[in-house]
Amino acid sequence: MTEKNMIAGRTGDWEVVIGLEVHAQVISQAKLFSGAGTSFGAEPNEHVSLVDAAMPGMLPVINKVAIEQAVRTGLGIKAQINRFSVFDRKNYFYPDLPQGYQITQFGDPIVGAGEIIIDMKDGESRTVGITRIHLEQDAGKSIHDMDPSSTYVDLNRSGITLMEIVSDPDLRSADEAAAYLTKLRAILRYLGTCDGNMEQGSMRCDANVSVRKLGDELGTRCEIKNVNSIRFAAQAIEYEARRQIEVIEGGGTIAQQTRLFDANKGVTRSMRSKEEAHDYRYFPDPDLLPVNLSEEFVEEIRRTLPELPDDKKRRLVDKLGLSGYDADVLVAERATAEYFEAAAEGQDAKTVANWVTSDLFGYLNKEDLDIADSPVAAKQLGALVGLISDGTISGRIARDVFTEMCATSKDPAVVVEEKGLKQISDSGELEGIVDEAIAKGPAQVEQYKSGNEKIIGWFVGQVMQATKGEANPQMVNEILRKKLSE
Amino acid sequence: MANLTDLTIAEAQAGLAQGEFSSKEITEAHITAIEAARDLNAFVTETPERALADAEASDKRRAGGDVGALDGLPIAIKDLFCTKGIQSTASSHMLEGFIPSYESTVSSKMVDAGMVMLGKTNLDEFAMGSSNETSYFGPVLNPWKRSSDDQSLVPGGSSGGSASAVAARLCLAATGTDTGGSIRQPASFCGIVGMKPTYGRCSRWGIVAFASSLDQAGPMTRTVRDAAIMLQSMVGFDPKDTTSSEMPVPDFQAMLGQDIKGLKIGIPSEYRVEGTDPEILALWDQGVKWLEDAGAEAVEVSLPRTKYALPAYYIIAPAEASSNLARYDGMRYGLRADGENLAEVYENTRAEGFGNEVRRRILMGTYVLSAGYYDAYYIKAQKVRKLIADEFSAAFETVDAILTPAVPSAAFAHGEKSDDLLGMYLNDVMTVPASLAGLPGISVPAGLSSDGLPLGLQLITKAFDEETLFRVADVLEQSAGFTARPGEKA
Repeated sequence: MTEKNMIAGRTGDWEVVIGLEVHAQVISQAKLFSGAGTSFGAEPNEHVSLVDAAMPGMLPVINKVAIEQAVRTGLGIKAQINRFSVFDRKNYFYPDLPQGYQITQFGDPIVGAGEIIIDMKDGESRTVGITRIHLEQDAGKSIHDMDPSSTYVDLNRSGITLMEIVSDPDLRSADEAAAYLTKLRAILRYLGTCDGNMEQGSMRCDANVSVRKLGDELGTRCEIKNVNSIRFAAQAIEYEARRQIEVIEGGGTIAQQTRLFDANKGVTRSMRSKEEAHDYRYFPDPDLLPVNLSEEFVEEIRRTLPELPDDKKRRLVDKLGLSGYDADVLVAERATAEYFEAAAEGQDAKTVANWVTSDLFGYLNKEDLDIADSPVAAKQLGALVGLISDGTISGRIARDVFTEMCATSKDPAVVVEEKGLKQISDSGELEGIVDEAIAKGPAQVEQYKSGNEKIIGWFVGQVMQATKGEANPQMVNEILRKKLSE
Repeated sequence: MANLTDLTIAEAQAGLAQGEFSSKEITEAHITAIEAARDLNAFVTETPERALADAEASDKRRAGGDVGALDGLPIAIKDLFCTKGIQSTASSHMLEGFIPSYESTVSSKMVDAGMVMLGKTNLDEFAMGSSNETSYFGPVLNPWKRSSDDQSLVPGGSSGGSASAVAARLCLAATGTDTGGSIRQPASFCGIVGMKPTYGRCSRWGIVAFASSLDQAGPMTRTVRDAAIMLQSMVGFDPKDTTSSEMPVPDFQAMLGQDIKGLKIGIPSEYRVEGTDPEILALWDQGVKWLEDAGAEAVEVSLPRTKYALPAYYIIAPAEASSNLARYDGMRYGLRADGENLAEVYENTRAEGFGNEVRRRILMGTYVLSAGYYDAYYIKAQKVRKLIADEFSAAFETVDAILTPAVPSAAFAHGEKSDDLLGMYLNDVMTVPASLAGLPGISVPAGLSSDGLPLGLQLITKAFDEETLFRVADVLEQSAGFTARPGEKA
């Protein structure tokens, strides 16, 4: 039997060793070294300053927000913050790289070693080491399909701030890689340092994959470049691991390569070999002084860190009494957690958690909506739970109210009022209705008195019919039992 | 009325203030001079219409009583500075016809101070050279000639056009840039004052980059006072250049006319470089005597790493240049040559666009940064640079200024060193150490060679001590009493 996380080959089980390099676009109004804007979806070359276009004599000026965001991210993964860091030039020619070099951090990155705890589906947790985070410029975009003979260049992305977040080779399966990316993305979103929108390219992933027999030395790795979704990352890693196993078991050796993932075919393909790799001629950028961070600067950012998923989960379980599973679901996305906490304020947390994870998620999934676009605001959902708790409506009526809220975004109290869904909880009124029901069924009264307690359902039915279902069922039961026993 | 092209900045300011002449008159005189001296090839681009418009605007301002520090003064700008609406070439085919939409910080400050823009002066291509022979737009002629022959001489480089234009009275002053001596060496060759401020005094924004950690703009003038006046309008912190300094800017003129009694002047024996013209060594000795006569104390200082400065410089500067010049790829502006594919477009563009010296330095720079050589060359050179800076710091604990020759020889003839690369690079041997250390330096014309050519002496002070630099330079200038002019055979 194949061990957990191992891939069975013809010659035995194989361990997959994965390290990920995530390029996360830093949330900032301006680029890393120029004042140009960063919004997604602008017309080509709309966000290009003289610096981004590398006009003669232009100089980079570091955007302080980018530094803050990198430090915030580092603190969020409990990493070493390097108070001294250096920007280097990585030299290569490409039309979408106007300077002829990328400004990045090679030898002295701003963030050192940290860690991320990943949560697997089976409920287990694992700690994955982070090697480093450094800041760098993004390149522009070459567009090859606008003209049969020309390539066009869009420099909107040129100079946008990226954090490259490098993991240790600690991941052992495609599922772990996916869990890592999911957790990293959640942390970045909690921190507000990257929006994590992979389809818009604001988070991209390079995967270093190698295979070995358990206990062997690390195998030769291949790097899969620029994967733009978590699902694709898992697919690419799985494919690449099996490809490598097949090559080795077929008597071949793995050549160190850079490979591309073809999402349509689900395969990786060689892009260039190690021999073709560039000599990037890194050296410290003489246009930029080294970055020296004061302790106060770092501490000020630490003070303003939000509660992160792991801490929030612990609090939801310990303080609010949620199940571990519910807590996991609720903290997985910052937006969900914020929604839940706003809804649960002053309400029964477990009931709110049930409503969020079942009714609300059900509706959002069906309608393919993000929680940010939910027609029912968090406060409204909380108010709905409040109406159940104080007996204004029953749980069953509440579902109808929720459906109406989804359709109209109205407050639950308004829906209850307009539709006349309020429960009758006035005992005087209910006693009168109960008396009428008892008067209608002398035979049923006899049956009850002779021990058939289940017949009480018939009386409840009569009351509900008379009140169009608005009677408070608990009170009706109590009054019936009292009167029938007289 | 005095010859309007012969005035110093200080004299011109006084004359304009007293209404002896207008900016228009002084500008017209210079435009005429430029037209008459085109054989010097000092300018890549003349801007007479702009100059006249500037002059008229200045005269109007003056009538309104609102003038800036350089108001109405006809000045030329080295063509390494990007100037809005005016072709800015760096004397390279690569940037021929390139008209920036922006103005460099330094020239912008000068425009704000009211200068009249005469045009853009010739230079060695991308400021790489010591003779102005590497310009795509042809060599510049030094207005001086040897008394013994009629050969055309180089003006030095890279700011050769600026030096030639100032010496030939084509402008009152000009900007230069100095990476390893590109202001001080041509100033010495042309018998003018050339001053390189402390690295960081002037913003580099908008100046075509050669070697970012060394490049620094500075004034080229006919007197020390003029240099102080002009520098005042060039310096200052610029948020667009993070390597520019936030140090307070002193009043540079305030130190002029003060004595130097009790100042200690360092004399480093290591500057007796082998092959240095004995006349220059004699002039240096004379310079020491002048300063002693003025009350300063000459002190021997030792700067033993001086001999490593030139090799370190020729690693660091090309390394930075190889990266700085990568942006000239034919994609967005400047020259673009055809090619069958991307690699060919790059190759053809850069082969056509760059001259031999620029290509040589890109190759050297690429080599010293490449894998396997980086530590042996670049890192080692940076260590040498640090040691040289430390050595200067130690010296300045005991002395206020250091006096050296500015160059190892007088101006040489065109073509004389074309096949002697090391000889050419040795031109910078006196100026490079201060560049590596980021220190301010000034070349002051101090005498004539036996062949009738000007020779300069160099003063160096500690970083951001331009006040002492000007103070001593002023005394040196007075003592030397250099009044010779080009075109007057001795």
